[in-house]
Amino acid sequence: MNTVTTNWATADPDPLTIGGRTFESRLILGTGKYRDAEQTVAALRASGAEMVTVAVRRVDLDATKEESLLHHLDPREFFLLPNTAGCYTEEDAVRYARLGREAGLSDWVKLEVIGDQETLLPDTDALLAATRTLVAEGFTVLPYTNDDLITALKLQDAGAAAVMPLASPIGSGLGLLNPLNIRLLKNRLDVPIIVDAGVGTASDACATMELGVDGILMNTALAAADHPVLMAHAMRQAVEAGRAAWLAGRMPKREWAVPSSPSTGMLD
Amino acid sequence: MLTHDEEDGTRMFRIEVNGKDREVPVGHTVADLLDDLELDGRLVVVELNRQIIRRTEIGDVVLKGEDRMEIVHFVGGG
Repeated sequence: MNTVTTNWATADPDPLTIGGRTFESRLILGTGKYRDAEQTVAALRASGAEMVTVAVRRVDLDATKEESLLHHLDPREFFLLPNTAGCYTEEDAVRYARLGREAGLSDWVKLEVIGDQETLLPDTDALLAATRTLVAEGFTVLPYTNDDLITALKLQDAGAAAVMPLASPIGSGLGLLNPLNIRLLKNRLDVPIIVDAGVGTASDACATMELGVDGILMNTALAAADHPVLMAHAMRQAVEAGRAAWLAGRMPKREWAVPSSPSTGMLD
Repeated sequence: MLTHDEEDGTRMFRIEVNGKDREVPVGHTVADLLDDLELDGRLVVVELNRQIIRRTEIGDVVLKGEDRMEIVHFVGGG
């Protein structure tokens, strides 16, 4: 339950629509790296996020009474988006996507095909191939990609329901490094643009939303903060503020001053 | 390879589950194995020899020697 009162709300409804589903929140969260399940859920609730990503991994058969994440995350409260994290080939990513779908919650997938272990940057060739394969199997595919326009256009042509360019490397906290490229993607693509990866703090999220992108996905920014639930509150407001600022239509930048107070009526 | 459990005469064979060898009795189904492992079939997904086993089928699929099974579930991730 969100305890933060906010007057950021815009007058008109401004939902996020992806793949035929509508979300009130433009903030999508990962569920990894929190202290425990309780902290995870507290942060998710504080953030107002409706869609959250989960990973697909082997059950630890040696762990006594390892509780499933689904004991803590109610699929009726959150829309769960399985990812293909840790996959380095098209074949692996497709395999994991199919396993995620078999859980029976949806046919959505956050598609990751990684090309490099140090930077976790995407292998875009394999990503495109996996997108085509999964779209043909009826998946709603949200691919994690880089900020290259050509790759984004190819992903859209391949049937991706959204395109998710990184702001900076996963878990880096470096924030938005190339606003121009993100703007190019937003200007040219028809599908929603969700900036995913690299967000570090609230100003990163706000600045990203001010570019007019449709949503933002983050994980480490909350989980690795000193106080994840407090950061969740901050991110909720940052995303709403950035979106409202974008819709409000910012003033132009000028390289000279224009006074804010009248120049007439001064005393002699 | 079949082995003969001398205690009660149950014939066992070896399969691989989540990367580790495991002995199971002849005639065991996927559902039986999940019961042995105290896993709830609604919270896991089973892949047998690289084929996903639908939930509705786990009681019908009988395990055999050299089968390789993966049992996965959702965990936290970004």
